[in-house]
Amino acid sequence: MLKIITACAAALCLSLPARADDVQDASKLLREGQHQQALERVNKVLAKTPRDPQARFLKGLILTEQGKTKEAIQVFTQLTRDHPELPEPYNNLAVIYASQGQYDKARIALEQSIRTHPSYATAYENLGDVYAKLASQAYNKALQIDSSNTGAQNKLSLVRELVGGPAPAAAVKEPPKPPVVVAEKKAPEKVEKPVPAPAADPAAEVLKAVNAWAEAWSRKDADAYLSHYAKDFDPPGKQSRTDWEKSRRSRIDAPKSISVSIASPKVTMAGSDSARVTFRQTYRSDIFTGTSNKTLILVRADGRWQIREEKGG
Amino acid sequence: MRRCALALLLACAGLAHAATPEDKLSGVFSAIEANQIDDALARVEALLREHPNFRLAHLVRGDLLLARSRPLETFGNVVKTVPQDRVEGLRDEALARLRALRQRPSDDLLPRYVLQLHPGQKHAFVVDSRRSRLYVYANDEGRPRLIADYYVTLGKNGVEKTRQGDQKTPVGVYHVTANLPRSKLTDFYGAGAFPINYPNEWDKRLGRNGYGIWLHGVPREVYSRPPRASDGCIVLANPDLESVGRYVQVGLTPVIIADEVEWSPAAEVEAERSSLAAALEQWRADWASRDTGRYLEHYSKRFASGRQDYARWAAHKRKVNAAKRWIKVGLSGVAMFRYPRERDFVVVAFEQDYRSDGLSNVMKKRQYWIKEDGRWKILYEGAA
Repeated sequence: MLKIITACAAALCLSLPARADDVQDASKLLREGQHQQALERVNKVLAKTPRDPQARFLKGLILTEQGKTKEAIQVFTQLTRDHPELPEPYNNLAVIYASQGQYDKARIALEQSIRTHPSYATAYENLGDVYAKLASQAYNKALQIDSSNTGAQNKLSLVRELVGGPAPAAAVKEPPKPPVVVAEKKAPEKVEKPVPAPAADPAAEVLKAVNAWAEAWSRKDADAYLSHYAKDFDPPGKQSRTDWEKSRRSRIDAPKSISVSIASPKVTMAGSDSARVTFRQTYRSDIFTGTSNKTLILVRADGRWQIREEKGG
Repeated sequence: MRRCALALLLACAGLAHAATPEDKLSGVFSAIEANQIDDALARVEALLREHPNFRLAHLVRGDLLLARSRPLETFGNVVKTVPQDRVEGLRDEALARLRALRQRPSDDLLPRYVLQLHPGQKHAFVVDSRRSRLYVYANDEGRPRLIADYYVTLGKNGVEKTRQGDQKTPVGVYHVTANLPRSKLTDFYGAGAFPINYPNEWDKRLGRNGYGIWLHGVPREVYSRPPRASDGCIVLANPDLESVGRYVQVGLTPVIIADEVEWSPAAEVEAERSSLAAALEQWRADWASRDTGRYLEHYSKRFASGRQDYARWAAHKRKVNAAKRWIKVGLSGVAMFRYPRERDFVVVAFEQDYRSDGLSNVMKKRQYWIKEDGRWKILYEGAA
């Protein structure tokens, strides 16, 4: 996921005390999702001080949130020209480009952002994601896989984060924009879109764990797959845990490719540390394809949701 | 230090020819080895601007980009959900291309097969299946001199074709029989095609069948194909096929296909050539002498030509030669190629000018010579 910067460095704000209140109000309105009002407020500031970088930056953000990417790109681009020393506008330009699937442009912008601020962690993190996306595109070309299948564009998520304070990091997925969404880890190809999960909700955490389990399975990553099972997981039949793990490993190793997707999951919480999840599981491999109902009982142990029981049929 | 060596290498390569896409790819790998990742990425991106359908270069670019995001586990670090055989094909191509550039044939060694080219044969092609390589030799006064080499794709199931549809490339001594331009072909064959004469007389004698073994190019959407991907044809990148095409003389250019080319010091190749040339000259002289007994000593008891075995051939020759008062035999344009895989087996081709008090004629002839008890003998003889 790419992080979008929602505020310029504190130093910049402090240099403009007269506007601080208006800009802060606009910023608050934006956080509350009142985009139009936020835009009106910031335009008012800009009417008086059209070159104010903080207000221009905020306007760029609002336009981004409104999905007016063309205008947002204009605002951020102009900011990078007027203030090439600021890493944030480059970073946000990159986020917009990335959301359009223009990873080459995103990469250039992020590299510029890092050039201006070699210690800028967010840009590094974003750049890592952009490189991974570019790599995946390159691999698709190498292997002649139709890149329209990978759904690269709409899997990108933006994380909103306030700079200069310990403000909680909330994640925003766009577009469309539900209020607060935890950006799910990118699913491997062929796995159907994992179910998005609200952050504060324990049920969402459970679903996240189930999605991660299905993804590890699809990746044929047996270690990661088995790590989703709790210590006291009861293997089916009279198998020992060791025998069960061995048979799971060989079944995960055998096919050339596996894809597991989960549909219509239902989470029932039993207290805060136990949950039952039922869903339709579609398993596809070069050897076998099948769809079945599945129930998982998960427990929270060591801060992680782990599978204690797995029932098919 | 390494960088200097690379610069030197590239400079040397530059003297001989402009940098090929393969040279550029090698430059990318050299940069990676020297831990100059930015340089490597810039190089591979420049290469892809020139050849946007070079799939292997895309794979390398993917790795270089991914390496910036997280550590690589393998070359071609694609997710495990994609068909691994596709990745394997590209890995094999990378290895074949790299090996070919780093392990050049030594200047003192020659492929054991090209004993003698005749003056009209300007070039000979030698294909090494293990190395996925086609070597072009120029005719330097009858001796081969390496002037170019190219990456090639061969049959899915390797070499030693025996049956139609076995998806193997034949091993043997062949020649180009036609030139099919792009305009007469579908896009699958790319820049053009040069059929060869598989199955030849020897293949037929061994009961091998199948047809349509060509040298050809690749479809528009790819730059090259993995080392083992054709149905038996020898496939080159389109620019390479065009280069190779400039050396082709239809009906003349030999195409010698080996599983693994045997290399010999030039002196040994020359010794073998002269021993065989002497045997050929003796055969000619004994024929002209009308001493049919000595003449027939040049033929193996396993001799066969068409429906004639040794006994019928000998009877026929005794009858014909006895009726002559004089015979003159002239040989010109002699070419000699050792057959890959077979032990002491040479294909000899020449133009024969036969005159006698009866019949006189000029014909192109092909013979197979084998060594029996230390002596070269003729196993097959027929019009070429």
